Amino acid sequence: MATEADGHSEGGLVFHPMDQFIVKPLFGDGAVGMFTFTNVALWLVLAVICVIALMVLGTSKRATVPTRTQSVAELAYGFIYKMVEDVTGKDAVKYFPYIFTLFLFILFSNFLALIPMSFSPTSHIAVTAVLGFGVFIAVTILGFVKNGASFLSLFWVSSAPLALRPVLAIIEIISYFVRPVSHSIRLAGNIMAGHAVLKVFAGFAAITAVAPLAIFGIIGIYALEVLVSFIQAYVFTILTCVYLKDALHPHH
Amino acid sequence: MATETTGTASACVGPDGSAIGMPQLCADWMPNQIFWLLIALIAIYFVLSRIALPRIATVLAERQGTITNDLAAAEDLKQKAVEAEEAYNKALADARAQAQAIIAQNKADMQAELDKAIAKADAEIAAKAAESEKAISEIRASAVESVEAVAKDTAGAIVAALGGQADDATVAAAVDAQMKG
Repeated sequence: MATEADGHSEGGLVFHPMDQFIVKPLFGDGAVGMFTFTNVALWLVLAVICVIALMVLGTSKRATVPTRTQSVAELAYGFIYKMVEDVTGKDAVKYFPYIFTLFLFILFSNFLALIPMSFSPTSHIAVTAVLGFGVFIAVTILGFVKNGASFLSLFWVSSAPLALRPVLAIIEIISYFVRPVSHSIRLAGNIMAGHAVLKVFAGFAAITAVAPLAIFGIIGIYALEVLVSFIQAYVFTILTCVYLKDALHPHH
Repeated sequence: MATETTGTASACVGPDGSAIGMPQLCADWMPNQIFWLLIALIAIYFVLSRIALPRIATVLAERQGTITNDLAAAEDLKQKAVEAEEAYNKALADARAQAQAIIAQNKADMQAELDKAIAKADAEIAAKAAESEKAISEIRASAVESVEAVAKDTAGAIVAALGGQADDATVAAAVDAQMKG
């Protein structure tokens, strides 16, 4: 990745912090079509393989006294299961597989993206928007199916004074429709910003005078990114649970 | 990544191989990303919901069952231990009570024997004391008689010495009267 810093123009620093996000075909030089096996596809498939390795191969012994991998898998299971139960309620447990899918997918994509030279799918709006809008649409449909028209009482704050309710309803509706946008941009923005900053520090590392500083900067930002990787997966999951709770129990 | 210097088919990559603007906003690449994302999500969902989650749920339930059974067994054993302790305590209390009874019995026996011995000794002492009393009173009586005889003799002698004439009977009567007075 540091090769970007040497640049093509002689002498001056050239930063290309966004080049790491370029999507390109892995085989051949053609255009990126819908089914082309690109670097995005590779890292998504790697995330799937990691999930399978942890959750299926790691638990293959079905040991009563778990091995290390199995206990990590059980820990993740228990963590998200408890989150769904606590935040959304016991009746939401049937949506647990999908929520767990989201969590593991984002977690592994984020962590795999921290490998140098890797590609970070979760830094792309297209990816996170599908996740975010997927949750939004599913939750909205679910809300209407489960509650019928009374789902709209989500926007009618009955605990507020009557005069304020129309104003609050407008605010609630706007905030409801902003949810998927913030939901997806939060994840993509965090991951993209972190990786771009890493790349900028890597660019500075090419200058001898500031190289030590830049390298310590990279170490610091990298540590922060490890934290952000987990926290963003956690935040995405818990917000999904909160939105789902609104759909199942719309009354304030 | 920077090795890509050839002309590329995408409008989002410049001739020098670097990105134009944000690659995230390049619409050319989005169908590809969305397609592979959906593949990945569906794959993870099916693997989780068909294989991994039921398996983990079973393992957790089994573990819970094992733990519950073990706890119940431990509870049983504890109950048994408590019972054993109770039996032991009871045996100890019984033994103690028996020992107390034996001690009391022995004490009573000894007391009875002692009382008997004391009573016997008291009787003997009383007999001896009575005997001594008798002897003493005899001695006293004889002493009084002796004193009388001496007094009569002395009185007779004194009367004779003073030149009086007195028969023994008169002297004796006078001495008797004096001694009684």
